[in-house]
This record gives sequence, structure tokens and C-alpha cells, in this order.
Amino acid sequence: MANYFTDNTDLLFHFDRLHLEEVVDIAEHGYTEASRYNFAPTDYQDALDNYRKVLEIVGDITANNVAPQAAAVDEEGSHFADGKVTYAKGIQAALEDLTKAELMGFTLPRRYGGLNIPTTIYTMAIEMVARAEASLMNLFGLQDIAETINKYGDEAQRQEFLPQFASGAATGAMVLTEPDAGSDLQAVNMLAYQDEDGQWRLKGVKRFITNGNAQILLVLARSEPGTKDGRGLSLFACYGKDNVVVRRIENKLGIHGSPTCELQFNDTPAQLIGKRKFGLIKYVMDMMNGARLGVAAQGLGISQAAYEEALRYARAREQFGKSIYAIPVVANLLMEMRVTLESDRSLLYAACHWVDLRNKLEEKIDVLKAEGKDATVENAKLKEATRVAALLTPMAKYVLSENANKITYDALQIHGGTGYMKEFNVERLTRDARITNIYEGTSQLQIVAATGGVIGDILGEHFTTLEQKENSGNLARLADELKEMRVLFLDALKFVADKTDKQFQSIAAKELVEIYSYLYTGWLLMDEAAQDSRKVFIARRYIIGAAAKTRRNYEVIKKDLFADLLHADDILI
Amino acid sequence: MSYHSIVMVKQVPDTANISGQVMKPDGTVNRSKLPTIFNPEDKVALELALQFRDRFGGTVRVMTMGPLKASDLLRECLYMGADEAFLISDRKFAGADTLATSYVLAQALRQLGNYDIIFAGRQAIDGDTAQVGPQTAEKLSLPQITYTEAILNAEGSTITVKRKVDNGFEVLEGTLPLLLTVVKDAATPRPFRAKRVMAYKNAHTLLELEKMTEGNSLLYMDQLKEEYVSKGLFIPTLTADDLDVDLNRCGLGGSPTKVHKIESVVLGGSAHETIPPTKDGMYALIDKLMEDHIFG
Repeated sequence: MANYFTDNTDLLFHFDRLHLEEVVDIAEHGYTEASRYNFAPTDYQDALDNYRKVLEIVGDITANNVAPQAAAVDEEGSHFADGKVTYAKGIQAALEDLTKAELMGFTLPRRYGGLNIPTTIYTMAIEMVARAEASLMNLFGLQDIAETINKYGDEAQRQEFLPQFASGAATGAMVLTEPDAGSDLQAVNMLAYQDEDGQWRLKGVKRFITNGNAQILLVLARSEPGTKDGRGLSLFACYGKDNVVVRRIENKLGIHGSPTCELQFNDTPAQLIGKRKFGLIKYVMDMMNGARLGVAAQGLGISQAAYEEALRYARAREQFGKSIYAIPVVANLLMEMRVTLESDRSLLYAACHWVDLRNKLEEKIDVLKAEGKDATVENAKLKEATRVAALLTPMAKYVLSENANKITYDALQIHGGTGYMKEFNVERLTRDARITNIYEGTSQLQIVAATGGVIGDILGEHFTTLEQKENSGNLARLADELKEMRVLFLDALKFVADKTDKQFQSIAAKELVEIYSYLYTGWLLMDEAAQDSRKVFIARRYIIGAAAKTRRNYEVIKKDLFADLLHADDILI
Repeated sequence: MSYHSIVMVKQVPDTANISGQVMKPDGTVNRSKLPTIFNPEDKVALELALQFRDRFGGTVRVMTMGPLKASDLLRECLYMGADEAFLISDRKFAGADTLATSYVLAQALRQLGNYDIIFAGRQAIDGDTAQVGPQTAEKLSLPQITYTEAILNAEGSTITVKRKVDNGFEVLEGTLPLLLTVVKDAATPRPFRAKRVMAYKNAHTLLELEKMTEGNSLLYMDQLKEEYVSKGLFIPTLTADDLDVDLNRCGLGGSPTKVHKIESVVLGGSAHETIPPTKDGMYALIDKLMEDHIFG
């Protein structure tokens, strides 16, 4: 039987390298849950074994039930009639399977029906789902909505909403975007007001809402009359059946299985989540960070599928009397794809680790505080984890979504004219990939989000430590490349900082964030290569290529490529 | 009204995924290298039983006859939602043909008792005989409906079943208790349930516990068994000693079927013959088929 977990040696490689001891220990409250739930682990090894088995279930469903329906889902798309949205048949069936398998409350606490599994493992599941059918990820991967209620809602709200998600009775939607508030969510205009009974109500229009037909909606709305920015926005939960009208669904380039809705709220009764005015600045930012990891994983899943299509096709296709796989330029392209795929995976799961650590340390500190205990050590750890997670999350989203476009592009290229035809999967994958670097914050906004950490060189000490490690042979040469890249980075960073030109800095940020991602990912691959000799090949190609790209970015900055922006109006005729 | 079902399941070689290592140099099969799977139609039978339980309430027990390795299969049944699982295992049962197998199964069913419906797959992909279900029903003097496609209804002790026949179906009523054999299209087996997988991954059969105690002087069988029973992780095993069986009717000794020879038959494309669509052509075809013992 095919299985998207057990057949993916690189994913298994990362699973086997996981070091989630601290995360799981906090999540399991020192493994005390086992006395209350027969499916809770008794120690770390038991927990890992649980995770492996759950991922095997996901691997089974995605490979055998979901993937075979992907082309049909793309062809059929979502339906909209009489104000009602229905999923493509394959999507409906997949949701039923995932529900029956008890996978819709992946990260939620057990007391609400969840599995209490860390984000890292959930992200691995998302990767598999996206590999099978990219748009299913938009439904399966929306569990951050439940997580947001879990984190910021009150106990009554948790008890009301979370079991509905975990049991699969309800799906959710993040209802943020409006016609005039896309990337700029501070401009959100949807009205939230309290009626004479003190009941919160929502009024207005939302656009481009993924799965807007969901049963439970988390809505960003302006609760503070007269305000204009993000500080006047609060977060609300409501039911889609209560005076919410789906006005239309969009006709999209890709991810056809996930309906994108325009919603009209007609004085819809809603519950305030958390505190007023914290909607955007805290809760939505947090929710979107979770979703960004999900989209990065979606990009990776699509990349994996595209790479496999390309490899299979290249081996089977004969031209000039031989398989095109044997033609060096084709093999080279495939290797480039493979190295990108594996380096992407390293970056993603490293980011996940820090996110898990941050989330669980927050939980632990809350408990310690409640017990009146000292949390100095945990607070220091949390501070670091928060900074690193805040850097790696947008970085991973940026790198993986852009690479998903690159890998699908190259995969189609390997297919030649055939790849342009609907009969092959690769054209669908190319279309599906295109959204990943747009939604949940465009690539340009991910750069903005990552810039702070890069300019602050928050991984500086981490890199210094790694540079001092002994390496031999090939790895020593690669370490030298990485050291040289860092010298160039610091020089470029100083140049940008010294310029004190905000516009220049905002443009050069892309070059700097990219170099930082090369450095961080390069060292991750070095570590993997020290463990597994095959990974030396991956590290070698990645780092030599990254060094060349670093020199390019360095020159672009140092030679003032962007100076002509002053003349934009003369050039852009 | 709720109903109690028992599903008979079997672990079979995964005939679709046989790797090079499976065949020994002498041409015999290396069983330990053979990947095994849940016999597909048995899995459908379990699904149908679970759906029946979802609809009418009751319990679903599963049982299999097989070696130690068949414990995996029983865990999978628990992962899907079976309430209880039983392994029937004894060296004395080994080498059984369908007659001896159905004898042991029937005796095990007598012992377990308290059933309204016995479910079985139509046939297993290793032997393709489709005999074990029907023979078991005969030995228990139960009515049987083979080729079940759907259970339409159950009311009191009457069950209405849609049964597949050539070019169509027929709808039958049966009186409980009875035995159903189930075809592949009857249902799509549900995925494993995550919580049950985590809860029952350490469920073990008696044979497995015995293996754990082998070479470990610190483990005592009785204690170990008690520990597993108390945690709800013990899968009962029925051996020849536990069942009321005549050993002469079990295993190889109780099996009149003798495999004469196994041959890999390749139907080459060159073997076809054109028969003219005339009366004479038809007679010639019949003669040829009788000559080849295809028609008797």
C-alpha cells in the first residue's frame, strides 16, 4: 500500500531527527495525562511512537484516498447555488476520511477531543495533505482557528467551539480580508457593535475568505468607533448559519477544491474572543503566523509532488534514443529541484521546532505563574524562542512558497510540451503553487516580517558557535564557504544600516533576508551531512549555490543597484 | 434492537507487492519475507459489520486463525473500531485446508457464542476458494447469504440483504443467526482511528506475551498477562486446549486437500485462435474445450 509518510525517506529522516523532548514534556504535563486518557503517551519514546503511527494514518489516507481524486477535484471545483456552497466530491470524501480518522483536532488538548500533538508533527501532516491535493490543505490546515480560540478564548468558548472542530462537526474560516483591506489589515472596516442587550453583532462585507462557508467563523472587525488603525480591531467568533450570506465564490487559477467566498454579515450575533482592541495586533498576528507555517508546508507538499512527477516522467520519457533522465541538463535540473526540496524541508522543520518551543514555554510559564512559582529560566528561554520563531516563520513561508513556484515551473519544463497539457498533473501543481507566495501575506510582506530579526542579526551567536566547530574534508570546505558568506552578510548589513535611507533599506531587505536564510539553512544541512553521508551531496550543492547567490545579493547592495528608484517615474513609462 | 456480530478475518500475503527476496533459490516461498495485508474482502466485511453496529447498535468481535504474526491484523481491527479481538492459534492447526480451517473456526464460534451475525469476506486473495465462510455456516447449521453487497434492513430476527448475482442483484430475507459473506464493493473500509491506534498499539496476544517472556527471566507470564488484562490490552488467544476439537480434524492431518503442483501459467498472446462464428465453428470450440478438460 502506498503511504506518503513511509515512502518519503527525507520526511522520515527529519522525523527521526526530532528533538521535541522539552516540548512534549510540557505538552503532556510530565506525562500525567496517560492516567486519564488511554491514548496519551507514558514517556517521550511512547509519544514519538504515537506521532509516527498517526502520521502513518495520514500517509495512508493521503496516498490512497486523496491523491487519486486530485485531478477530479481540480476539474470539478466547488459549487455555489442558492446561496449554498458545496465542496467537490473528492474534498467531501477526504474530509469525511480525515474526520473518521480523528485527525481534525490535531493540536487541541485532549479534554476538547483533540490529540494534543505538537505543531511540528501537524505540519508534517499538512505537507502530506498538500502533496496529495493542495486545496485540501486549506481545509485540513485551518486548525489554527481552533488553536486561536483555545489560546485566547475563555473556558466557555473553548467548551463550546473546540469539540465541534475536533469531532469534524465543524470547519472554520479566518474572516479577515475586505475589498479595501488585503495586505493592509489595519484598514479593516467591518463593524462590530453591541445591541441594547449588550450582544455583539457584526455588519459588513468580507472578501476572499477561504472556506467562508464554514460553520464557525473567526472575524476581525472594528469594535472601537472612530478609530482608523489596527488598535481599533477586535476578534469575534460566530456561526455561519446566523445571518451570514455567501454572496459568491471566486473563480480561481488553482486550489479549486477550496471555496473562496465573499461574505455579507447582517447584524450577525458574535462572541468577543479575548480582549477588545487586541484582535489584530495580537490574536490575528498569532493566528496568521500559524497559518504561515501551514502555507510553507503546503508549498513543500506541492513541491514534493511536482518533483516526483518530473522524476518519473524523465525516467520514462525517451528522446534521442534514451531516457531524458540520462541527459545531463535534465538530470542537473532534477538535482537542483531535489536539493531545493530537501533544504526547504530542513528550514521548515527547524522553524516548527522553535514555534513549538515558544508555544509550549508560554503554556508552562502560565502554569508556573498560576502556581506562584519562579519562571526566570523559562522566561529567558521564551524570549529567545519567540525571537527565533518570529524570524524563521516568515522566512520559511517566503523561501518555501517561492521555491514551490520554482520547482513546479521546472517540473513542467522537464515534461516539455506534454506538461502544458491538462492530462498531466504538473500543470495543476504549477497553478496550485502560485497562491502560496501570495496568501497569508505576500512574499514581500514576509520579508518585512523577517527583516527585524535579520537586521538585528539575532542568529549571530548561533552562527559564531557553528563556525567554531571542527569539520573535516568536504564539510570543512563548505564551512569555509559559510564563513565567507557571513562576512559578506555583515558587510552588506553595515552598508545598509549606515545608509539610513528607509526606502533603500526596505528594498535591500530582500537581499539580506535571503542571505540570512542561506546561512541558516546551510548550517542545518551541515549538521545533517555530519550524520548522513548522502546529505553531504545536498549540503555541497546547496551551499556552493547559496554562496554564489550571496555574492550576487552582496554586489547588488554594495553597487547600489536600487539607486535608480529615484528615477522610477522616468523609467516606468 | 442491537445485534452482536463476529467477523472472521484473515491475514494474507500481499500478492500485489511481492519483492525479489520472497522466492527462495529452490523456488519455494520465503514466508518471513512475504509482506502481509488484511485480506481485502475481510476488511470490507469488518467495515460492513461496523456500519451495521453504527446503525443498530450492539458489538463487533473479530477473530482470526493464524500464527503469531496475525496479531498485527487483530490490532488493525481494533484500530478500525472492533470491540474485541480473538486469535485462534496452535501449531496443531497449521497446514489446514478449508475443511479443517472451517472446522476449527466453527468450534471457536461455538465457544464464543452469543452472536447474531457472522461476517466473512467472500474469499481470500491467497487461496481464492470462497469455501471457508460457507463451510463454517454448514458446520454450525446456520443459514448463509453469500456475495452480500449491502444490508438493507434488520428487524427483530429478520435481516434483509442485497446479494450480488451475475448481471444484477437479488434481495433476500434471512433469519438470525446467520452467516454473511461479503463482496469487495459492499463498503469502503474506514481509516484507522488515531486515538484507537494510540490506545491499542500495545495490545498483545498471548503468543506475543509468551515471546516477550522468552529469554527474559525477569518476566513472568502470569504477571504479564494480568498486567495486560488490567490495562485492557490483552487479546485472548484460543488454542487447541481451549477449544472442544477433535485433533484428527485439525491442521494438515485433518485436511484432505493435497496440493499436487503449483505452476505459473503465462497466457501468451500468441495462444489465441480464431473460431469462425458458425455452427461448425462452435462445435469445434466445444470439442477443443472438452479435450482440454475445461468442459467435462
